[in-house]
Amino acid sequence: MSATAEHAQPGFWRHYVFSTDHKMIGKQYILTAVVMALFATTWSVLLRLHLAWPQAQWPLLGKLFPGLFQDGVLLPERYLSLVTMHGTVMIFFVISISLVSGFGNFVIPLQIGARDMAYPFLNMLSYWTIVPACLIMLASFFAPEGAAGSGWTAYPPLSALPDAAPGSGLGQTLWLFAMALFIASFTMGGLNFVTTILNLRTRGMSMFRMPLTVWTMFIASILGILAFPALTAAAIMLLLDRLGSTSFFLPSGLVMGGTVLPHQGGTPLLFQHLFWFLGHPEVYVLVLPAIGIAFDVVAAHGRRPVFGYRTSVWALVVVAVLSMIVWGHHMFVSGMSPYVGEYFSIATVSITGPFAVLALNLVASLWRAEIRLTSAMMFALAIVAAVGIGGVGGIFLATATSDQYLHNSYFVVGHFHLMIAVVTFFAIFAGIYHWFPKMFGRRMNETLGKAHFWLTVPTTIAGFVTMHFLGMAGEQRHLYDPSAYKFLEPVQWLNVLISILLFIPGAAQFLFLWNFFHSMVAGERVGPNPWQATTLEWTTESPAPHLNWGAELPVAYRGPYDYRLNGAPDGYEPQAAAPSAAALVTS
Amino acid sequence: MKRERRQTGEVVALILLFLAITVFTVGGFARQWMPPVASAHGVGVDGVIWYLLKATGPVLVTGAVIFMYFLWRYGRGRPTPAPTPNPRAELWWSIVPVVGMMALTEVGVVVKGMPVWEQIYAPIPADAVTVEVTGQQFEWIVRYPGPDGKFGRVKPELVDKTNPAGLDRDDPAALDDIVVRNQVHVPLGRPVYIRLRGRDVLHSFSVASFRVKQDVVPGVLNRVLFVATAPGRYEIACTQVCGMGHYKMHGAVYVDQPQDYQDWLQHQTGWLQQ
Repeated sequence: MSATAEHAQPGFWRHYVFSTDHKMIGKQYILTAVVMALFATTWSVLLRLHLAWPQAQWPLLGKLFPGLFQDGVLLPERYLSLVTMHGTVMIFFVISISLVSGFGNFVIPLQIGARDMAYPFLNMLSYWTIVPACLIMLASFFAPEGAAGSGWTAYPPLSALPDAAPGSGLGQTLWLFAMALFIASFTMGGLNFVTTILNLRTRGMSMFRMPLTVWTMFIASILGILAFPALTAAAIMLLLDRLGSTSFFLPSGLVMGGTVLPHQGGTPLLFQHLFWFLGHPEVYVLVLPAIGIAFDVVAAHGRRPVFGYRTSVWALVVVAVLSMIVWGHHMFVSGMSPYVGEYFSIATVSITGPFAVLALNLVASLWRAEIRLTSAMMFALAIVAAVGIGGVGGIFLATATSDQYLHNSYFVVGHFHLMIAVVTFFAIFAGIYHWFPKMFGRRMNETLGKAHFWLTVPTTIAGFVTMHFLGMAGEQRHLYDPSAYKFLEPVQWLNVLISILLFIPGAAQFLFLWNFFHSMVAGERVGPNPWQATTLEWTTESPAPHLNWGAELPVAYRGPYDYRLNGAPDGYEPQAAAPSAAALVTS
Repeated sequence: MKRERRQTGEVVALILLFLAITVFTVGGFARQWMPPVASAHGVGVDGVIWYLLKATGPVLVTGAVIFMYFLWRYGRGRPTPAPTPNPRAELWWSIVPVVGMMALTEVGVVVKGMPVWEQIYAPIPADAVTVEVTGQQFEWIVRYPGPDGKFGRVKPELVDKTNPAGLDRDDPAALDDIVVRNQVHVPLGRPVYIRLRGRDVLHSFSVASFRVKQDVVPGVLNRVLFVATAPGRYEIACTQVCGMGHYKMHGAVYVDQPQDYQDWLQHQTGWLQQ
């Protein structure tokens, strides 16, 4: 009597909609992220159009988006709403929910040999909390004065005083509610990941036999659980300041519209501390799983064990610990004590140590490899390039003295896009090309995948690197119209260049989406292990069945990356292969 | 065999791509993008930026060269000996980057950066010109203490169009306070201390040519200290998003010859005396 037979396949609603199956929930997260990404990318196109040609009129766009444009020109307050929503939606509702919630859900139980998450119902609840969060966030565009426009950081007093800006009215309130739901959902997901990884590993799957993707999801989840409460507190306090006339973040003497506000005793700096206590670890919540996926893909498609598996794990742990105590590097020019600033600077640049270990281990994992240039592998290689450039840029911002000049400039915009947009999106692509067969039992089209790579990678990296130059020239972020400043005139051509460079990958994603959805129904069918990979998810059918394996769960007999260790050029030893049988498994 | 040749072509293309990215990045950063520096500590800020460029550039190039070599050597489907994990070597290859990168970056923060940081946050020199700048949506209210050398009392409830600084008539020291909008006049070569205040939302007082950037935080008295080293007009930009008019919240710092500065100052009358 097999486990699958005991638990009959659920009906349509329980299978596709209110599913408690981690694989379906993972796919639901990824599909939700795709929808949200379409919105957030469209907004960024509008922003880049305006930044490159601030004087140009776009009558057609004016007709398409009547609320955002006037006489074919994007309105300044709508510009700020679009920037805010682009950042918020991309970070929380696209990258967090696809890379962490999506891949985490799909991959963790399969890679550790579990039948599902520890709390399947909580898992479903977590997804169905994200859905209203997305809807509320999108609906905030229809607030009378428009969506929130105080940046994704939502610094008060701008975000606290409804009269401070058009977007600071109902739009900001809806933004806060949507964020509160997101945090609730992400916390449920994180608790589930940590519990699952600690308790449901199959026989033989010791912590140091877990694939690096699982390690990074584990560490990212712990980071999220520790850091998000600070933002929860900040969001509640901000809501109270807005709706309950408290003064957590509002000092006395505020003048708005000619009247003195009754607030007293608070300080806006408190919010910044709380926000970045979350905000900085959140960056690593996104980047670490991307690096984990890169390691798994490089190992499987490079046909060799990861270089420095253990040192990578410890480097991840050290990065995570350090990420909790460096938030103040976002506040060097806030008026924080210069002594505290120097502490944060010294602590932050020390992250380059363990981070360099991760980058070097990724590069060294190519040494004596047998590289198979699949689409997944090519995106994984591009991650290495983006991590290198993005990591180096971070040093300039972490050094308090150079941040004195570069703070809030396009250098920052270029840097964080490289790290938490380029690195993470490349990881999402690598992950989808790699795990698609396990998700749908079919393979994505490799030719289209490579076209997607060539249209996406060179232009994205060049576009965001160019933003660093713009920042070096002094251009500030959140700037609606660069032509308002004379000293920026000589570098306006960089804005044109960036926009053109980034429109190309923007459009190329439709190629990816076509490949994704078309391959779902018409891709080449594959067996359990199309990549000849070692980790446990490749021991079950493709797509993985309900409850993942038949009657017997696989047993982990060895580490996750035993490629070519048995002497045969293409040989590999699956984690689940018993030692006696291992010698037989070669490709 | 055909497949291998095809992958060779792809490997070459990939190597060219990563080469192009490296050249683009390093070449781009080697260019002088920053506007000419016009303050004493700004030279130090630029020094830190150039130190970091020169220190990290070779690291990036070395990494890229190794990366491209590995692609070339192990990317063309030629059998190579199977690698054997060697924990000792892996440990060493962790110690090298940790020590190397931390040394390189901590030198940037401590050795190169800290003296400049101390300059920025030095005690206010006795001969400094003191100016108060208040950021509000979407302008900079600039106040000089006037002939008595004392800033008079201001009250938020007195702020209106006719009294942008909210000067209190009842305080004799306030009568001669000079108030101008969106322009700061400072003498060449003398320390300038700006008292930064705010009364609505966050702003940031930034002058790219001086390498000066400091947030305006309501309820907190922030400070800017610099010595201008070249006469001219320098744009002030607000670099902290502050609402609809954020992009046009600009002003200018005029660096005058000391005599011109004195002349300008003497031609100003107290706001309340106008």
